Amino acid sequence: MPMEGIYLFALLCGAMVLLAGTGIGALLVGRWSARWAVALGGGGAVAACLAGLAAAIAALALRFQKTAVLPWNIPHGSFALGVDPLSAFFLVPMFLLSGLAAVYGIGYFRPWRGRNPGRFWLSYNLLVASMALVLTARNGMLFLVAWEAMSLASFFLVVFDDEAAATREAGWIYLVATHIGTAFLLALFILLGCANGSQDFAAFAAPGGATGLMFLLALVGFGTKAGLFPLHVWLPEAHPAAPSPVSAVMSGVMIKTGIYGIVRTLEILGSVPGWCAWLVLGIGTVSGVLGVLFALAQHDLKRLLAYSSVENIGIIAMGLGLGMLGLHYGSPGIAALGFAGGLLHVLNHAMFKGLLFLGAGAVVHATGTRGIEALGGLLKRMPWTGAAFLAGSVAICGLPPFNGFAGEFLIYAGSFKAILGAGALALGGVTVLVALALIGGLATACFTRAFGIVFLGESRSPVAKAAHEVDATMRGPMLILAVLCLVIGLAAGTVVRFMEPAVGMLSGSSVAEGGGGSVQWIFPMALSSVLLLLIMAAGALVFFRRSCLAGRPMRETVTWDCGYAAPAASMQYTATGFAQPLTNAAARILRSRVEFHPPKGIFPSTASFHAETPDIARESLFDPMFRKTAAWLGRLYWLQQGRVHFYILYIVVALMVLLGWALRP
Amino acid sequence: MNTASMLHPLLALLLAPLLPGVINRTKAFFAGRRGPPLLQTYFDLWKLFRKGAVYSRTTTWIFRAGPIVNFACLLAALMVLPLGRVAAPLSFAGDLVLLAYLLGLGRFFTVAAALDTGSSFEGMGASREVQFAVFAEPALLVGLAALARHAQALSLTPIYAGLSSASWSVSFPMLALLGMGLFILFLSENCRIPVDDPNTHLELTMIHEVMVLDHGSVDFGFVQWGSSLKLWILGALWTGLMPPGATGRPLLDLAAGVAWMLVLAVATGIAESIMARVRLLRVPQLLVGAGVLCALGLLLTFR
Repeated sequence: MPMEGIYLFALLCGAMVLLAGTGIGALLVGRWSARWAVALGGGGAVAACLAGLAAAIAALALRFQKTAVLPWNIPHGSFALGVDPLSAFFLVPMFLLSGLAAVYGIGYFRPWRGRNPGRFWLSYNLLVASMALVLTARNGMLFLVAWEAMSLASFFLVVFDDEAAATREAGWIYLVATHIGTAFLLALFILLGCANGSQDFAAFAAPGGATGLMFLLALVGFGTKAGLFPLHVWLPEAHPAAPSPVSAVMSGVMIKTGIYGIVRTLEILGSVPGWCAWLVLGIGTVSGVLGVLFALAQHDLKRLLAYSSVENIGIIAMGLGLGMLGLHYGSPGIAALGFAGGLLHVLNHAMFKGLLFLGAGAVVHATGTRGIEALGGLLKRMPWTGAAFLAGSVAICGLPPFNGFAGEFLIYAGSFKAILGAGALALGGVTVLVALALIGGLATACFTRAFGIVFLGESRSPVAKAAHEVDATMRGPMLILAVLCLVIGLAAGTVVRFMEPAVGMLSGSSVAEGGGGSVQWIFPMALSSVLLLLIMAAGALVFFRRSCLAGRPMRETVTWDCGYAAPAASMQYTATGFAQPLTNAAARILRSRVEFHPPKGIFPSTASFHAETPDIARESLFDPMFRKTAAWLGRLYWLQQGRVHFYILYIVVALMVLLGWALRP
Repeated sequence: MNTASMLHPLLALLLAPLLPGVINRTKAFFAGRRGPPLLQTYFDLWKLFRKGAVYSRTTTWIFRAGPIVNFACLLAALMVLPLGRVAAPLSFAGDLVLLAYLLGLGRFFTVAAALDTGSSFEGMGASREVQFAVFAEPALLVGLAALARHAQALSLTPIYAGLSSASWSVSFPMLALLGMGLFILFLSENCRIPVDDPNTHLELTMIHEVMVLDHGSVDFGFVQWGSSLKLWILGALWTGLMPPGATGRPLLDLAAGVAWMLVLAVATGIAESIMARVRLLRVPQLLVGAGVLCALGLLLTFR
């Protein structure tokens, strides 16, 4: 192994060990001193993330591709760690966002109310370490152990505020969902292991037989973590329940390990049947459209963001699906564009969704409520948070010059290229095009609503009126993320060139080859110059406006309201009202429960309107399924006597049966 | 790129305020009135840019940034916009997506500025604006996809450069369908009848006008100039379909483009004179109809 390889692995393993060590240390120290526990846990997380980030960026830049095997005494297991462009590409946003969220967490949890902060930092640092392990594991057994560690660490973070019954229920749903997903992964790895005689990824290279079935197992197992519709049911429960820095990490990067799993499976299986590509494209489209529709109907800020994650995972899946279609129909250029768009959106979504969840956390921190309808006018009281949230909102709508546009632009380019071609591939292109445009329009509606109702206008409640800006440890990470969103948007060509090796692992060809030459063709100077011109024009217009108004009278008054005598904050448009034309149009899908008390009589005293939109997959798929299963399993209650000697009898019987099985001729 | 393509953005900036004038004169002619002067928008702009300002205490910098960002987006969009056979100053694969998304960014900030006032009227307008955009955006992109497939190009300039009188005789049905679809989109995105009425001051029926109710002075100047520019930009997507083909003399092509733009303004005036506004609840159907026309056009390219 070359020298830089040793350094890289040392840096990565060091980061993981540091995370685990400081996490445990924080828990122990926290018994005596909350301050030292935060310093140890938070400081350790930030330091480890910096080290890991450096290693990941170096690995990506060097196109590093190596596996190191450490001894591990587990049947079928080997401690095989590997770094290749694909792993390195996912590690970059993972360490970046986890580090920033750790800084934010230090400020977010400042009033400790006498509890041990080590509890939080232990789970948090273990979550980050296990995500790093998931992304670098090169053995099925090791991968599953890391996967389970990641699920459990995030479960403990979701139920961190365990005094609330709703939080405990959310944690329960998450625990069940993630384990159902893991069950499918277990089946996948058993199949792969049986076919190849080893659990090492290196031996998986040439699988025998049912690649379609294997991919389907991976899609369900990893799709549950990623939040693809209809497996997304845990997202809108767990994300709002978790503390905000955790929501940011879970939504920004943890669910991306599901995407990593899907693309890693693709890379291992080599080629999959054509229907898999159509399936991914179809599920992506459905997730994208339904995700944003449900986001539009929410009035809990963090629940809205959780549904928007379903939407963005859908966009990523659409990119991957387009890439798979391109491979299937022998169009490497379209494949490269689709995969590149999907992967770039992974990075982008980590940035802006992380930012938005941190922003939502700041709002919750300042006002104590997640309800959009109770907020308003926060931009005046929280100017920095508001500006950062605005940047995130524009970016998530895929609007230039921010990074969301760059990722969607690649997928659009792939779909247009497909449309110019012939046959089934063109149909895929049209599907992606229409879905992306529709999602774009709906996302604009959703995020003008989220930003507009929360941060603009007049405050709708006393808590919003009393809000205050958050401190520097919380502001800093948000502003860094906002700047990164803009920088990635403006320097998209450089970023794509940087991630080329990762795209090449999936598509077999690079984005540059798709255009016959360089990355230049897809993010040409002309595009960057239009974006720069946009910014410069806005700057010039600001000066023009100032010079026009110089020396002229400027007055302040109330908003024009038809001369009404007593304007009140409650007369503003509400979030529900703002979205109502669209939620009404989609009423058959959303199935909102409306509680409407219309004004009655000549002098109506009270009237109210309230709409609640439960999750369609949970209501009509999972709840009935689980109720049936519970009823069916209820018939086995007689086994559970509650007497110890019966249980001992069961154990003895089981042992006898196993003995007989072992001694069979 | 040549002199004409450098000249076009400048010309668009200067001539765009003429379009509302032409539309209004046409409408006045149909109504038997004399109507406002042709150059009324220029007079308005001149007046607005020299006025002092009144701001609501509720508003923040978003309210002031809205018209500026919208205007900057339209200026940037002019950079990739061809006028008929006149090439855009900049052209690259995928610039049609950039054009659509620049309009989207302008819309985002216009809506945000409207919500910033805390006025229920403006909230209503903003809500309608984002609702109609949901239906209009897929239609626009499908229409552009049909043209892209027809020309086998990914950029607006080559897409429109290839069209000529000959293409009308070869693929008449497709171009006719797209012409209808894009004309409906032109009317709705610019808030004209039958979707919106730019003249009414009854807030409950308005969409765009109600969103800018609180803007005044130089800000309102940007809004007015911006809406003329938007007429020009979406108009160019329609007039580009029209014959003749490239004459070989760029300045002549430019003149043809401007002439078609005036024809479009007159056609808009006629459409507004002979049609009534449709009910708001019917607007999505109209836009889906435009989308279907564009999709049929796309389908016809798959022969």
